Amino acid sequence: MNDDIVLTVIGKLLIPFILLFALYVQFHGDFGPGGGFQAGVLFAAGIILYALTNGTAAAMRLIPPGLLAPLAALGVLLYGGVGVATMLLGRHFLNYSVLAQDAVHGQHYGILLIELGVGITVAAVMLLIFFAFTSRED
Amino acid sequence: MTFLVATAIAIVRMRCLFAVVMLSGIYSLTTAGVFIILDAVDVAFTEAAVAAGVSTMLMLGSLTLTGHRQAPARIAPILPLTVVILTGVVLLWGTSDMPRFGDPEAPVHRHVAPRYIQDSPGEIGVPNMVTSVLASYRGFDTLGETVVVFTAGIGVLALLGIGGRRGRSAKDDPDDVAKRPTDDHE
Repeated sequence: MNDDIVLTVIGKLLIPFILLFALYVQFHGDFGPGGGFQAGVLFAAGIILYALTNGTAAAMRLIPPGLLAPLAALGVLLYGGVGVATMLLGRHFLNYSVLAQDAVHGQHYGILLIELGVGITVAAVMLLIFFAFTSRED
Repeated sequence: MTFLVATAIAIVRMRCLFAVVMLSGIYSLTTAGVFIILDAVDVAFTEAAVAAGVSTMLMLGSLTLTGHRQAPARIAPILPLTVVILTGVVLLWGTSDMPRFGDPEAPVHRHVAPRYIQDSPGEIGVPNMVTSVLASYRGFDTLGETVVVFTAGIGVLALLGIGGRRGRSAKDDPDDVAKRPTDDHE
């Protein structure tokens, strides 16, 4: 979109930290503020910044839009799949206590997995909407 | 709070949509500050990231598709104004019935919250209680929210299309010549 060198360089500097922070928020959500929703949005924001500084076409080569819809579905499936897995293991839907030897560890794994699902879906959908809007302007 | 009201009035008065989008971003950021003052860090984080960040971006993206100016109003805004004022009065009247802010005897603090606070460290073992409530006790709700986000994405995809047939034919025309040869070499 824009060939301003200042924007490109600053974007290049910032994007790795934004993506890293998104991952931190994703996996540290149990201990600090944050979780899947925020992490997904942050990750999408990093990619959107890339799209703004380097052009939408470059961002689409980085993350092919055809990949995003399956990813969005994968997140929901992961979330629902954890629920089904707990059901198959003999407990209620989304009762994570059976995922490991003791209940507390099971809860940890369950929360980690469903937060990952939320993060994947949110990031994919945000990028999907962004690409859908920007790919229409000519 | 004063800042919020000032921003809201500015948003209503403005005709330039670009400024309106920016101001609504500022409004969301201020709201995030209010949430931090209320000690709701998770909510503040979400508000700052989603509302101030990504929705402002999406609004800007849609602005590039439409125009930058708002069309002047054609009808007198008496009826909408009455409806808004009436709703506001009813809402204010409703809050007069609510318990005082921070009241430990309020129903919301006596129902399930004590159980969460007492049992969640032992049952879930996650230091951030918001996460344990959100992901474990209220797992169904969060699953629903995720599905809502997913549905929104599918809706946009179905309505606008992306990169693919329609989008690409419009988008790639200018740099089609530049891109084709590289494809051929591969």
